[in-house]
Amino acid sequence: MTAPTDIKAPATSGQLATFRLDGDLYGIEVEHVQEVLRSQQLTRVPLAPSAVAGLINLRGQVVTAIELRERLGRPPRPEGTDAVVIVVRLHGEAVSLLVDSIADVVDVDAKDFEAPPDTLEGQARDLIRGAYKLHGQLLLALDVQKAVSA
Amino acid sequence: MDGLDDIVEEFLVESHENLDQLDSDLVALEQDPNSRERLSSIFRTIHTIKGTSGFLAFNRLEEVTHVGENMLSRLRDGELDLTPTRTSVLLQMVDSVRSLLTSIEASGGEGPVDVSGVVAAITAAMEDAPAAPAAVIPAPRAAPAAKKAPAAKKAPVKKAATAKTTARKATTPRAKATAPAAPAAAPLDDAPVAVLADELPETVDVHPVVDAFSDHAEESEAAPAASGDGQPRRAVADSTIRVDVDLLDELMLLVGELVLTRNQIVQNVARQTDTDLIRASQRLNLIASELQEGVMKTRMQPIDHIWSKLPRVVRDLGLQLKKSITLEMEGRETELDKTLLEAVKDPLTHLVRNSVDHGIETPDERRKAGKPAEGVLTLRARHESGQVVVEVADDGAGIDPAKLGAKAVQRGLVTADALTRMSPADILQMIFLPGFSTAAAVTNVSGRGVGMDVVKTNIESIGGTIEVESEAGRGTVCRLRIPLTLAIVPALTVECAGDRYAIPQISLQELVSLDAEKAANAVEEVGGAQVYRLRGELLPLVRLTDVLGLTSERHDGHVVIAVLRSEGRRFGLVVDRVINTEEIVVKAVGGQMKAIGLYSGATVLGDGTVALILDVQALARRALRTETTDRQDSQKAAAHAAAASETERQRMLLAAIGGGRRVAIPLDTVTRLEQVRTDSVEKVGNREVVQYRGAILPIVRLDRHLGAYGESDREVLEVIVYADHGRSVAIVVEEILDIVDGEAAIRSDIDDLGLLGSAVLGDKVTELLDVRAAILAADPAFYNTPAIPAQMTPEGATTSLLEV
Repeated sequence: MTAPTDIKAPATSGQLATFRLDGDLYGIEVEHVQEVLRSQQLTRVPLAPSAVAGLINLRGQVVTAIELRERLGRPPRPEGTDAVVIVVRLHGEAVSLLVDSIADVVDVDAKDFEAPPDTLEGQARDLIRGAYKLHGQLLLALDVQKAVSA
Repeated sequence: MDGLDDIVEEFLVESHENLDQLDSDLVALEQDPNSRERLSSIFRTIHTIKGTSGFLAFNRLEEVTHVGENMLSRLRDGELDLTPTRTSVLLQMVDSVRSLLTSIEASGGEGPVDVSGVVAAITAAMEDAPAAPAAVIPAPRAAPAAKKAPAAKKAPVKKAATAKTTARKATTPRAKATAPAAPAAAPLDDAPVAVLADELPETVDVHPVVDAFSDHAEESEAAPAASGDGQPRRAVADSTIRVDVDLLDELMLLVGELVLTRNQIVQNVARQTDTDLIRASQRLNLIASELQEGVMKTRMQPIDHIWSKLPRVVRDLGLQLKKSITLEMEGRETELDKTLLEAVKDPLTHLVRNSVDHGIETPDERRKAGKPAEGVLTLRARHESGQVVVEVADDGAGIDPAKLGAKAVQRGLVTADALTRMSPADILQMIFLPGFSTAAAVTNVSGRGVGMDVVKTNIESIGGTIEVESEAGRGTVCRLRIPLTLAIVPALTVECAGDRYAIPQISLQELVSLDAEKAANAVEEVGGAQVYRLRGELLPLVRLTDVLGLTSERHDGHVVIAVLRSEGRRFGLVVDRVINTEEIVVKAVGGQMKAIGLYSGATVLGDGTVALILDVQALARRALRTETTDRQDSQKAAAHAAAASETERQRMLLAAIGGGRRVAIPLDTVTRLEQVRTDSVEKVGNREVVQYRGAILPIVRLDRHLGAYGESDREVLEVIVYADHGRSVAIVVEEILDIVDGEAAIRSDIDDLGLLGSAVLGDKVTELLDVRAAILAADPAFYNTPAIPAQMTPEGATTSLLEV
């Protein structure tokens, strides 16, 4: 998608790093994002919550990978497609999110913000702070804190 | 006096540092007299010195810091204002403290330093409230001096410090030689005189402060010259440097990364042919290991560091309570990360005090109970399963679960109903509940109802655990388990369902690999649980795949068992295969992983993949049924009882001699096990011998001797070299089977020639070999005559051998 240049950025708004997941566009605060990586080798963790896809080796650091599709109650990623890893840093600890693909960094405006649509259900509803109405598309703002506390 | 006491030494190092800080703090305080924070910091420093000096019986030091502390506390509480006069008396106090410390370091005693002047000055300055007219007269006199003091101070004090340092350098060795005469130390060298002399007048008299300082500066400058040719021995405070633990942590992390990178390189280079590269990688390997060891060492300190203070605690407390107690320490060299060491110091001291106060009875009570009047308090430390286990054990009255339970009910900590459902062990753990104290009377030592819960909180805050075991009338054991975080640990990597896991080597006892055929027989089922007979003892088996909810990828029937020990229990973990042993760096895992309670962390293996580290303790707790634990407990109890009733248990070597017969030979006389090629056996007359380590060893074939029929056409003979009273003989058996604990009690006297009897060892009837008799029976002449022809045995060694 293209960054909507006509959106002014008032102080209350900010930049969101956006990514796609099962056809939808999500965004997380850009300051939380440490880096984005291609698909990584995962070490599965038996008995872990289902949203924990495994552990990845991030330059010697062991980082938990959360499968966002699972976390948001979406169907598993189709066979043969690789996940993209977004490494976020929260309270000094790195956690990674597995998403379908990465998109642009978008400036968002508080006036475009709305509470989560009522159609959102279940666990997803808790994890979505709300939606920014962009041109022709909704950008769902993900609550990173909640998303990683699987 | 042989060197300074460790405690004193530590005190000196600490105090010198604190004093340097104090100087600058005081001067800074003058610029900003209302800084509560700074005042509190100064107060704490002085308070610490006072406390320790009281403890170490440095009375003058205590006296001077005591008045200083008084003044500081009033300043801090706003009762007094900080005037220049007060600042300067405080600085004088610091100087007196410094000279006292110098004297202590040089001679071990406080020496000739007089503190009465400075004490009087401080007291006077304290009275000197701004409103008091009586103080007007001395104030202006003192004030100008003090005003100049800070300026003068900044420069000379530093020099003075240097002077003192060098002075210490110069005097320490000699002072030690001539100790305890403190005054004698002074004339030995100009430097200490300079320091002591110029501080004395200043401490005696408030007014000539400035003069004293200028003197000070001059003499200080002279001091380095005087000690220039001095001895190179470093003073206490100079032989160590303090390093920020954070920096060490960082170094440790970097070394961890280096080790991982090293592992990767070494693994890759193993596939290369370039010899230079291989050599370089080997060097890298070595250097990385040494570096790792070195950095680890910087953080490690023997537990003795904190233990060394305890004998005195025990002694003093014992005297106070009129108890007689011996303190024993085992494993004092056990090393612990510095941070952890600091963290267990207080809890440990508390436990020791507790044991002395509540645990061990008075001599009268002990005598009545039929115990020696002197109580024994034992401290034990050891590494176990990647943890440091520290035990505080006493042979005192123990804790009576019934009494404890009643108390808990009385205190409302537990209902009577709940109590009936609790096991004695659970009841014991209630001493860790807040607000619990079982002491009949509150003493000033303990019994105020705080304590054990604080100990527990402290230990748990560093990720440790505490448990208590007690037997009424026999004593109590408090066991602390402290983790070794941050550490690089050797681990076994295993594969299970296609993934690799790391098992800390420290919990690993041995590995057993069974092929399909053997496994089918050896792995048995007991009430649905799989067990393996490991040297006669039933080893509960836990399949890692079952614990993790995975499906094994091993279908060939082979069974690989890692025999693990956790909290005194032994169990076998069945894995798909064993990969390697590797040094791993424990990496923290996120909260979600910890919550699973099976992994103590993760690591990055040589090939860059992440592997989970299994928490053996948690695994055991989860996988082993309580009944197994109970059974093992009762077994242990039985074993204890057996060990107590008869000390005749012996380690026995089991060997097969053919025909399905087994013999046992006392292990303590077996020198070694060897294999001998059949074609190296030579004949001497009708006896067989073999050359062994430059001597001739007579051979006894047990199968023939005991009338079993073994295979005689083997190429290699299994030989037990047996030594008794300096004489040796080789016993040929068919196969060495095992080593077991022999139980002398179940001997039957069904005997035969060459046998002492038989016993059930490892669930099978085993013949106990009478080694002497066996040899005699095989060759009666052998013992009587040194009959081996002389040409065979030129060496003296053989002669003694032949006298068997």
